Amino acid sequence: MSEVKFSEDHEWISVDGDIGTVGITEFAQEQLGDVVFVEVPDEGKDLEQGDEAAVVESVKAASEVLAICDGEVIEGNEALADEPSLVNSAPMGEGWFYKVKISDASQLEELMDADAYKTFIEGQG
Amino acid sequence: MSETLKKTPLYDLHVELGAKMVPFAGYSMPVQYPAGIMAEHKQTRAAAAIFDVSHMGIVRLMGENAISALESLLPADLANLAENSIRYSFFTNEEGGILDDLMITKVPGGLSLVINAACKDADIAHIKSKIGDQVEVEVEYDNALIALQGPKSVDVLARFDARCADMKFMTFMSLDIDGVTCQVSRSGYTGEDGYEIAIPGDKADAIVRRLLEEPEVEVSGLGARDSLRMEAGLCLYGNDIDTTTTPIEAGLIWAIQKRRRAEGGFPGDDVILQQIADGAPRRLVGILPVGRAPLRAGVEIANASGEVIGKVTSGGFGPSVGGPIAIAYVTSDYKAPDTALNALVRGKELPCRVVKMPFEQKSYFRG
Repeated sequence: MSEVKFSEDHEWISVDGDIGTVGITEFAQEQLGDVVFVEVPDEGKDLEQGDEAAVVESVKAASEVLAICDGEVIEGNEALADEPSLVNSAPMGEGWFYKVKISDASQLEELMDADAYKTFIEGQG
Repeated sequence: MSETLKKTPLYDLHVELGAKMVPFAGYSMPVQYPAGIMAEHKQTRAAAAIFDVSHMGIVRLMGENAISALESLLPADLANLAENSIRYSFFTNEEGGILDDLMITKVPGGLSLVINAACKDADIAHIKSKIGDQVEVEVEYDNALIALQGPKSVDVLARFDARCADMKFMTFMSLDIDGVTCQVSRSGYTGEDGYEIAIPGDKADAIVRRLLEEPEVEVSGLGARDSLRMEAGLCLYGNDIDTTTTPIEAGLIWAIQKRRRAEGGFPGDDVILQQIADGAPRRLVGILPVGRAPLRAGVEIANASGEVIGKVTSGGFGPSVGGPIAIAYVTSDYKAPDTALNALVRGKELPCRVVKMPFEQKSYFRG
């Protein structure tokens, strides 16, 4: 049974053992608008929480996706290269960005659960 | 918040339609509506869309000296401009740079100018200080200005006033739209056929709502306006042209008519005429990335040996092209179409090539 946590930067991580799958939230994709390009991290890349992990570009602008936790990237979602609009249509599903081997699970405790995140985005108007 | 944003006469309508409002040149403007930039862009190319451009300035220069006076500030031939015809031009500075670009219409008794929102105050001050003693300067504050753009624009507008169908591209006419006299130009900034329509401010909301009842018409925001103009290869002041770029570098030589090339008589004419004769050191070109990553303004362009030879001034995604497009200045040695170059993005060299603009073919009504 995996657990999903959310960051204030509108990313989600679905945790299964020490492997996390990371993407951006429904709220984030709505704010971005039509996604036309995504650059995901290469396999083997070491991420530190807060590093630039990925880039997501809409028609209008480029945005950085920051690493939600420390760890080694084990897979980038290659489907996004051909179909970046998956981020719009299925941000919490097929539009995931990368999978990471979590090296510091304590960082996940600072993240929000679904209810806390819902309250958080309501505060963002 | 440093100052209160100004609202156009269509502000309430934008909000009601669910627009995402952003600050732009001191105004609160719709960047997109719920349909999104991609859909709004395609709507404009396929049918028709309305853009609020009321933030732009309308200034009239009246009096018998209007033509000669304005010609002293810019390189367009206005003496040979027919009544109710429109010309694109730009105010130049003494270094041959561009202070603003504008549309000039010859109207009875003078000239009517449409200037950029961000340059409005500076332009009016410039006009008043240089030629204010030769012309009467009337600034229009009460009008709304909308652009109705797209191949179906003519069918839509003809339902209100059939005369619009006979107007040629870059001409002007007063039309009756739903009982209101509007000042209409067949022109635009999207690469499509269409009209720019000045409407009395208090009537604008009702007229736009009426136009939106037509099945071909949707609203469109500044986001799509930008992607449309990029595909059409049209310069944006502040991005592609500014006080440090000359019209020759920007590929705007077509807007300097023969008589003005021969006679000069505008600010920076020495620099500009010399560049016409000898060529400019750099040129604005279209850049087509090979991959899918958009190249944004500020991205550097390098030659095969890694030497930086240019910089992107506008760039993003072209919804009709179906991929990224960019506009960049490159050293003139690299301006030829098909020249292979690299864009430097996030520490990577992304291959791209020089292409002729427009990225999308324009379809204007020339009669």
